Amino acid sequence: MSNSLQKKKVDSATIISAVIVLALYALVFVAEQIIPPTSMLFTVLKKGATYALVAVSMNLLNGFTGIFSLGQAGFMLVGAYVYGIFTIPIVSRMDVYQYYNGGLVQFTLPVFIAMLLSGLAAALLALLIGLPVLRLKSDYLAIATLGFAEIIRALFQWDKLGPITNGSNMLRLFPTFNDFNIRAADGHVTVYLSTLVPLLIAGVCIGVIILLINSTFGRALRAIKDDEIAAEAMGIRLASHKRLAFCISSFFAGVGGAMLAMYQTTVQAKSFTTAMTYEILLIVVIGGIGSVTGSCLSSFLFVACSEWWLRFLDQKQVIGDFEVPLLRNGFRLVVFSIIIMIVVLFFRRGIMGTNELPDVIRKLQGKGRSSKKGGQGK
Amino acid sequence: MKKVLAIVLAMMLALSAAALAETVKIGVYEPASGDSGAGGKQEMLGMQYANQETPTVEIGGTTYDVELVYADNGSSTDKAPSAAQQLVSEGVSVVLGSYGSGVSIAGSQYFADANIPAIGVTCTNPQVTAGNSHYFRICFLDPFQGTVLANYAAQQGAKTAYCLGELGNDYDQGLLTYFKQAFEGLGGTAIVESFPTNTADFTSYLTNATAYNADVFFCPVSIAYSTQIIQQAASQNVSFPILGGDTLDSNVVANAAKGTNVQVIITTFYQEGATPTFDEGFKAWLNANSEALTNNGGNDMISAVSAMGYDAYYTALEALKAAGSTDSAAVMAALPGVTLTGVSGAIAFDATGDAIRDAAFVKKINNETGDWEFVAEQQVEG
Amino acid sequence: MWSTVFPYLLSGISVGGQYALIAIGYTMVYGILRLINFAHGDVFMVAGILMVYMAASGVPLWLCLPLVLVLTAVIGFVIERVAYKPLRAAPRMSVMISAIGVSYTLQNLVLYITGGLNQIYPTIPWISDNVTILGASTKMVTIITPILTLVLVVALVWLINHTKIGMAMRAVSRDFETSQLMGIKINRVISTTFVIGTFLAGVASVLYFTNYTTVIQTSGAMPGLKAFVAAVFGGIGSIPGAVVGAFIIGIAENLIKGLDIILFKAGLIPGPMGLATFSDAFTFALLIIILAVKPTGLFGEKITDKV
Repeated sequence: MSNSLQKKKVDSATIISAVIVLALYALVFVAEQIIPPTSMLFTVLKKGATYALVAVSMNLLNGFTGIFSLGQAGFMLVGAYVYGIFTIPIVSRMDVYQYYNGGLVQFTLPVFIAMLLSGLAAALLALLIGLPVLRLKSDYLAIATLGFAEIIRALFQWDKLGPITNGSNMLRLFPTFNDFNIRAADGHVTVYLSTLVPLLIAGVCIGVIILLINSTFGRALRAIKDDEIAAEAMGIRLASHKRLAFCISSFFAGVGGAMLAMYQTTVQAKSFTTAMTYEILLIVVIGGIGSVTGSCLSSFLFVACSEWWLRFLDQKQVIGDFEVPLLRNGFRLVVFSIIIMIVVLFFRRGIMGTNELPDVIRKLQGKGRSSKKGGQGK
Repeated sequence: MKKVLAIVLAMMLALSAAALAETVKIGVYEPASGDSGAGGKQEMLGMQYANQETPTVEIGGTTYDVELVYADNGSSTDKAPSAAQQLVSEGVSVVLGSYGSGVSIAGSQYFADANIPAIGVTCTNPQVTAGNSHYFRICFLDPFQGTVLANYAAQQGAKTAYCLGELGNDYDQGLLTYFKQAFEGLGGTAIVESFPTNTADFTSYLTNATAYNADVFFCPVSIAYSTQIIQQAASQNVSFPILGGDTLDSNVVANAAKGTNVQVIITTFYQEGATPTFDEGFKAWLNANSEALTNNGGNDMISAVSAMGYDAYYTALEALKAAGSTDSAAVMAALPGVTLTGVSGAIAFDATGDAIRDAAFVKKINNETGDWEFVAEQQVEG
Repeated sequence: MWSTVFPYLLSGISVGGQYALIAIGYTMVYGILRLINFAHGDVFMVAGILMVYMAASGVPLWLCLPLVLVLTAVIGFVIERVAYKPLRAAPRMSVMISAIGVSYTLQNLVLYITGGLNQIYPTIPWISDNVTILGASTKMVTIITPILTLVLVVALVWLINHTKIGMAMRAVSRDFETSQLMGIKINRVISTTFVIGTFLAGVASVLYFTNYTTVIQTSGAMPGLKAFVAAVFGGIGSIPGAVVGAFIIGIAENLIKGLDIILFKAGLIPGPMGLATFSDAFTFALLIIILAVKPTGLFGEKITDKV
């Protein structure tokens, strides 16, 4: 809430936030040149960037507009497929579309154009889905979007669409994050950019979302969230605002899907399940529903814990002669679930509540405004 | 055993911190959970047995301890990347695995980017090794296996085959395609259908097969699905035999068919009895180790994948010896030249990195005892 | 034609009955709390796992059955008290998120306990026996399921219409605050609802897993979602609606699996179209159609917006 109430003038806290973000980027760039590329750190940053974008896009709907959508995995799927379909090099198409004679699409697009197209395709789909779905109320909407995601998944696996989607088989051999590295003629990497670029893409997209949130449009969305009927009475056109928010969110989910494809190096409809949507929703909740900073932070934390820091919980550990009990495959996820339940039940504001980075800095500066106590409660 | 393991693990912890030990790490990229978890565990048993049989290797004049580093790819292509990343970040010299082609393909790029060679154990889809220089494999391929199965079906007089696979499973879909090609080439009709992941109700698919007047039901699916199919086929009293690929070669599947009148016929890599010394040693090891016995499905029947896991381990050791270094790039360079005689037969690689193999075993389940019985050894000319 | 379609109907009725028993739990909880209990399908799966482990530990089967049902009901009770009750005053989205969290937790717990491997469900005598009905061979449980479902539904409807607790349930579902003011112990009513719902899910799990004998941590997800769709389809809050919806969905799903051959035999399509791919998706298409055309479902009451 607090942002919109601030004066338009850029204050010192905003500047400090920008400096912090830039410093982090610089740090990543330097780290990438020094630390071996096989380090888990980079895996976490790449996947974290992807999840951060998707989580923020979900937050735009669930946190800022009050539309409880569970279709995120479906839009990511569309984005990932569009990216894959249009970027697989022509020479590799025979290998990838092995059962479909090389497939129908016989041209490739540059990576960034394909990513844009991923977003647009997802947004277009959202426009179509939005027609029947957005008229529904909270939980009906949730289940309908979830249903749409399942339908999309089945459609992309359909044999008859094989020449385009490769049926239920994997898409692969398209450009991945590692292709952002600058290589010398002998194939040796001279400048590592495979982590910085995804972080930049996610950063730019999230930046656009932040600008949107702080615009008149964003304020209208928040009015809708607080009270639909009152918002309508104030002259906000509900249907078109909701539709636009839905499309924008899906656009970025689509771009996030393309990034996920690049991270995973393969795409397969099978893996875009409701479980994926739930995971992203839980990230949003942990970060704080209604906080972009929170979603970003919790994405990186979530990915770091699941891929890196808590990995040891899945293996037997022996300290001296003592074998730590309970530790075996799957324990990490149990610990994870318990943490999530604790957050959901006892820390419902998540890490950040509805605060953003500048708010935190203002607080530290002793200039914090009292508006932060409100929380997301309705 | 536990104590030994505890000591080894304690040493590992101490050593990895200090990094002064003579240890070479071999990555085990296998499913320990999910639909193929049972098969992956059996494949790992072969490696573990081989590892305790030969725990050290001499590389360039120095004796190294071999450490198996496990990463569970969860039988699913979306969990595969993080498992592959985990192995890469552990700095393994060579990777073994996986059971299942989809996860192998999904992890492939990560190994390629890190210059780590991988030895496929029972991933039979051609796409695993095609078009890359880092993935090798010691088993036969699906075009071969599909043809063997189609030939067998045609020899038994089958005219119509109903084929069922899981959507988005590269192993299933690949084998179905090659089977269909070969079977239709022999003048038969093949109907191919797929079911979504996590399906439990196969009754309607079995009904479909009956409605199509199928003479044979071909389902090269994961162990989890095939046990369901067999049991539901038993309750529907179907008349056609069930035909499967190498994934069905497990005592779990045999147990499901025990006491029913469903015929199950499969092709596989290894037949118990082919190498008696291995059989005896492996069984003794299983029976002495309760955890291993549990992972093997509760009895000491030898699955072909265990023999393949055993051979994969020794292939890796040979490659390390030939490379004369633990550097993964050196191992990759040495792998094409590696040859050895494993328990499942002679192993040598062709230009693509595939094993040169021309024989598959056909086995069927004895419905009374729940054992696998040898039917024939099949070869395909050309 | 009939002999082609009949086996699909049989499978559909059987699985429909199992969905119905799960759907009742959804519809009752929604009726009272306005909460989609996303964890309900997972409770169903946990009931299956309980049975597997109990039978493996040597408890005789005749004792296992009641024990599993009671334990499942207890789990339902505990979940409500731990995860939903503290959020009574919170926005609906929070409760739904909590439900998703519970679902995630149950799945991960089972993954940990089973090691992520498929567990084989014990064979329960008599209901696992083979029978032949009108030329189609199947398990006894296929025939028992719809009968048992109808008996349980009749009993439940009687309970709701003719007992004190039933009356309280109806009152609470009509108006939460007012019924509280009238002296109804809300928490007891809600707990009873959960206990009944999860008990029925337990019964469903026995029937379902006797038919499809493998249990894994994700086993509950799809049946759960489908049962929920059934509840919406029939008009959420209405028990007969949920049952009718479940049977329709069960039958439709199995007909889709056989649609290729049915259409082919009827001469409507030239060859297989791979339509079986859509067996799961069709359920959701049905959901969206009903939500777009008649949002309150087949038997649902009209809901008015409260400002």
